[in-house]
Amino acid sequence: MLSLLALAIPLLMGVISFVVPWRRWIGWGSALSSAAVLGIGIALCISTSSHGSVSALHGTLRADALSSFMVVVIGTVALLATLQTPRVMGREIGEGTTTARQASFYVALMQAFITCMLTAVLAANLGVLWVAIEATTIATTFLVSHNRTKKAIEASWKYVILCSVGIALAFLGTVLVYFAALHSGVVAPNAVSLNWTSLMAIAPHLNHGVMRLAVTLLVLGYGTKVGLAPSHSWLADAHSQAPAPVSALMSGVLLTVAFYALLRFKAIADAALGPAFPRALFIAVGLLSLVVAAVMLIAQRDYKRMLAYSSVEHMGLLALGAAAGSSLAIAAVLLHMLGHGLTKSTLFISSGEISHAEGTTEIAKVKGLLARRPVLGGIFGCGLIALLGFPPFSLFISEFTMARAEVNVGLWWVVAISLVCLSVIFVSMTNHARHMILGGDSSVALSLNARSVVVPLVAALAASAFIGISAWPLLTLLRAAAHVVVR
Amino acid sequence: MSTSFYVGALELTTGAVLVCAVMTLWRRQVRAIVTMLRFQGIALAFVAGVLAWHERDLGLAITAALVLGVKGALVPWLLRRVIRLDPKSRETAPLINVPASLVSAAFLIVVSYVVSSKLTALAPSTASRLVPIGVATVLVGYFMLVTRRRSVSQIVGLLLVDNGIALVTFLLTAGVPLIVELGATLDVLLVVVVLQVHVLNAGARHGSFDLDKMRELHD
Repeated sequence: MLSLLALAIPLLMGVISFVVPWRRWIGWGSALSSAAVLGIGIALCISTSSHGSVSALHGTLRADALSSFMVVVIGTVALLATLQTPRVMGREIGEGTTTARQASFYVALMQAFITCMLTAVLAANLGVLWVAIEATTIATTFLVSHNRTKKAIEASWKYVILCSVGIALAFLGTVLVYFAALHSGVVAPNAVSLNWTSLMAIAPHLNHGVMRLAVTLLVLGYGTKVGLAPSHSWLADAHSQAPAPVSALMSGVLLTVAFYALLRFKAIADAALGPAFPRALFIAVGLLSLVVAAVMLIAQRDYKRMLAYSSVEHMGLLALGAAAGSSLAIAAVLLHMLGHGLTKSTLFISSGEISHAEGTTEIAKVKGLLARRPVLGGIFGCGLIALLGFPPFSLFISEFTMARAEVNVGLWWVVAISLVCLSVIFVSMTNHARHMILGGDSSVALSLNARSVVVPLVAALAASAFIGISAWPLLTLLRAAAHVVVR
Repeated sequence: MSTSFYVGALELTTGAVLVCAVMTLWRRQVRAIVTMLRFQGIALAFVAGVLAWHERDLGLAITAALVLGVKGALVPWLLRRVIRLDPKSRETAPLINVPASLVSAAFLIVVSYVVSSKLTALAPSTASRLVPIGVATVLVGYFMLVTRRRSVSQIVGLLLVDNGIALVTFLLTAGVPLIVELGATLDVLLVVVVLQVHVLNAGARHGSFDLDKMRELHD
């Protein structure tokens, strides 16, 4: 019932904004719907902690601790992103770059996007999960090209082509899992479904050769959508061209929702093949992503692209954490998803404000933000500190825990390589940030007087710090969620 | 339906899917390529139809009708509209010339027989023996995506990949559950609509939609 409500609210809001002409309250309505999703996510967490899992729509929707946690992550980042809608759309309409019709369309697509992500994490059937993730591509295409510049259309085109091809591979992988299930020999073929729970039940009997092929296709396929190397190239283009709240939502949760799909399949693969084969795959794509991110960040000239490549880095870290695969590692992976969502969306939204105020996204052309725009520069700077993994923010604790879990299973060499990459990334990003934030002349300080930017972003950073210090109330929730995919 | 007729019909329709894929590499006129794509969609629907008849599977029969409508009619119609409204997209501009493309296609077909051997081994049957043809269609689609620079050719490449995967699905598992099939087909249709809107919008706003000139985004 709750999960149905979680899908119905944003869907309804999307339909309303599509039908009703643009008003400012529609923007606030979309924020309210995200807040409702967050509330439902928390309620789902409470109810799954006592009941294990809850189903709706004759078992089509199924929420366990892992899905409930993902709903909370989606709700949190969606709230941050949609709180910007009234102001950003109002400003664009005022400047004449967007018509009222396009603003309504924007809100409708945002809500459709959120609905698709929620469907993905609440679907019991892995085929429906695939359909929902493919649908997020369709919903976000016109959000990426919202600014209608040549660059935005180019980014959007590449995004659709690359992600559709990638996700097609994931479909083939899903079909192969289904094929292996049909010939498992333990259940009658007409009783086989693509439901995750029933696949988990017969996982040890799945054919190894087929499963190896399937898992490889799934990692490459969903990996495209996660932004893992080698198919990460759409990510920097799309994230740098999309409106800031859209980038926040894409980087903050879309990538992790695709990663959630990988976690589900990895659980099946671990049970079918043993941990060694999936682990090798995850390590390969994870390390490759870290290397790519490090190389691309060294000489990065555009701060939005810098944030995008940092997402590639963090997705690589998630892949390495998942490779370790212990329940400690998976709990840290999930915490990292939440922390990354909070931090990266804060950074993308503030970078949108910076690029609007400064008229450029080039790192070299932005100087002395802290002196000239203390509030904005402060938020951006704190966000970067959190992103680079400093305490007290939660990314520190999750990165540390993932590394510890990797060493525990004997992957110390992976930790060593990733530390080298992380140091390169650290040095290059602090270098870029120092240039943007410090220096300059404080006599021309401009204040940022938009509470709808400052309050949510400061709250997000505070939440990240709070989780980093206390881990309360997440600890039991993370344990329960990790237990779903780790036996 | 007798067994020999079933085998013959399945081999004929499956083979037609691959022939159409190779033909798209051979033809230069985008209009002709779209026609090939339509024939492929129809052949794919027939594969599903033959299997549905043989397995007495209603869900698969519905899928066959859906494939016929979407891939045999609707998608080609959308692509023809793009060609009509955007004159620049009428000729392909291959990065690799046609004879070399055809040789590569032959190579890809051999590769697909090698990689699919494990799948055929798990459940040998008339249908699963034909799986390499589906894999070959996927690979030819990738080849098209990488080597053809016009907008419509790229969409066709994407659709070849998709048709190949659909073929593998039909042959291996007699289709995935209907709800997934419905969702997947709808997604394909929407992707084509989305890409079509992009081409037409960009054409109206920026003169033309030229993938060769899409070089503004890089590091």
